[in-house]
Amino acid sequence: MAKKIATRQAYGDALAEFGIDKNIVVLDADLSKSTKTDNFKQVYPERFVNMGIAEANMMSVAAGIATTGKTVFASTFAIFAAGRACEQVRNSICYPKLNVKIGATHAGISVGEDGASHQMIEDIANMKTIPNMSVISPADAVETRAAVKAAIDYNGPVYLRLGRLGVPVIFDKDTYVFEWGKGVMISDGTDVTLIATGLMVHLAMEAATILKEDGISARVINIHTIKPIDKDIIIKACKDTGAIVTAEEHNVVNGLGSSVTDVTSQHYPIPVKMVGVEDKFGKSGKPELLLEEYGLTAINIADKAKQAIAMKK
Amino acid sequence: MDKKTLLKLQITATKVRKNIVEQVFSASSGHPGGSLSSADVFTALYFNEMNIDPTNPKKSDRDRFVLSKGHCAPGLYATLAERGYFPVSDLKGFRNINSYLQGHPSMKDVPGVDMSTGSLGQGISAAVGMAISGKIYNEDYRVYSLLGDGELEEGQVWEAMMSAAHYKLDNLMAFVDNNGLQIDGKISDIMNPDDIESKFKAFNWNVIVLEDGNDMAAIVATFEQAKACKGKPTMVILHTIKGKGVSYMEDDYGWHGKAPNQEERDLAIKELDEKLVELKGEQHG
Ligand SMILES: Cc1ncc(C[n+]2csc(CCOP(=O)(O)OP(=O)(O)O)c2C)c(N)n1
Ligand SMILES: [Mg+2]
Repeated sequence: MAKKIATRQAYGDALAEFGIDKNIVVLDADLSKSTKTDNFKQVYPERFVNMGIAEANMMSVAAGIATTGKTVFASTFAIFAAGRACEQVRNSICYPKLNVKIGATHAGISVGEDGASHQMIEDIANMKTIPNMSVISPADAVETRAAVKAAIDYNGPVYLRLGRLGVPVIFDKDTYVFEWGKGVMISDGTDVTLIATGLMVHLAMEAATILKEDGISARVINIHTIKPIDKDIIIKACKDTGAIVTAEEHNVVNGLGSSVTDVTSQHYPIPVKMVGVEDKFGKSGKPELLLEEYGLTAINIADKAKQAIAMKK
Repeated sequence: MDKKTLLKLQITATKVRKNIVEQVFSASSGHPGGSLSSADVFTALYFNEMNIDPTNPKKSDRDRFVLSKGHCAPGLYATLAERGYFPVSDLKGFRNINSYLQGHPSMKDVPGVDMSTGSLGQGISAAVGMAISGKIYNEDYRVYSLLGDGELEEGQVWEAMMSAAHYKLDNLMAFVDNNGLQIDGKISDIMNPDDIESKFKAFNWNVIVLEDGNDMAAIVATFEQAKACKGKPTMVILHTIKGKGVSYMEDDYGWHGKAPNQEERDLAIKELDEKLVELKGEQHG
């Protein structure tokens, strides 16, 4: 079993690492130990600002700091970043296209015991629909580190979707290259393509192994940039494999799945099945048990793959 | 209040404290600190003040309570269970996938919970809504709410303050659990809303300050003072100790959202059991 690291952990470590850039200012809203921005604070306390439990204010303050030419990271849980402060993100940050990176941790139901009030399953939807916003959802610690660097190098609003739960490290730190807006083919296949994001990526890889035992060849693609979406890699998957399954730890309404079908329906219609939270709220429980109960499993991805293949004309 | 009633309430608050520790321990997660600092006000409300019926949790003329600082669900659940809304033995399911006891209060899952909360700052607005409805429809129920001092940093709280005073909601009584701590540290270091007494007054609330917000008799006395004040909502600032009743948790922000291990749980229960013996001794002495 690969080593497990939460993407929030990698985020905090990356801020501490790349924080050597004096232009970077980090904000948090009384959750710095959970979002791991505390790691940055330990090294650069003079460029860390705790805004208290006031997320809406934090987002507009971040915008204000960005107007002075700084690169701002603003962190809190995804539910508060993309939920409570959604309109501040839209009007203060995205409309003026300011250089604010939102480091949103505790996305999805793998938050666990805190329950539905804290399990954000609508953030991809809320964020991708705002003009000027880029949405990044890394699959592991290595990709998170690279995504933070890429976000620093990119000038404009970015939403970084990060998790609380430890997830297997998939990529090799020394060779991994993060390409903005590009999907990553993890393994090739001919019968179906599994397109996943975040912690569903390692489960899609497992699903491909399950399918292989049944004689089905599945391509696995990791989408770290949900917006702008990589049209080319999706269209090529349509042509090469003729069926797609999407997998995300998010509401199936308006998440990765619908970003993929936006492309397939307009460019190359083929059957697409979606794995995600079926438009219902989460609940309290251990993360692993919740993922199971909500069908966010390798088995479910594999089953949906068979259904998608059966739908091919 | 007579000594007998006071002791009964204090004993109940101690049982509530024990069940806070037990829930957070069995869930290996949850928020003991702020639950413990609020145990006395929870007990005073549910055992001495509110017009409620645990056998009919939704009765329409009941007094309402909104736990605006929803993370202190273990305190609310322990109180509701003790009051008879559901079996005390159910508390061990807290935060478990098979239990209805959600990590944060959920009104559609938990009997006796009047409003779903967990996102700070929203509960007090819902309490304002309940009070406004009571005014429009001439209902004489009262609405109670409990806020955290960190929660006061949310702008929405002050929007709620404004609207409650504007509509002269004297059927609304709120409490601030002023324990001085939030997650990242002391309120005074992280984001200081002081002077809150003057701020509530400036927002046109009737303000009562309790120097010892864990003093049961003093808490109980505030209910009549609030009712006597016409035309204004009442805010009680409770100067409390976070983690109250468990020595090693007291005034330590590290215990905001951390579960005790077996040894720590045993020590906490031992201390609270000693407190119970002491109170029962007084009762019979
Ligand atoms: C809107 C919102 N932001 C952040 C949080 C995360 N959070 C939970 S408890 C807490 C600190 C609350 O401190 P305080 O109100 O003083 O509570 P107490 O000390 O009584 O536990 C925070 C920031 C939240 N639940 N809601
Ligand atoms: Mg507090």
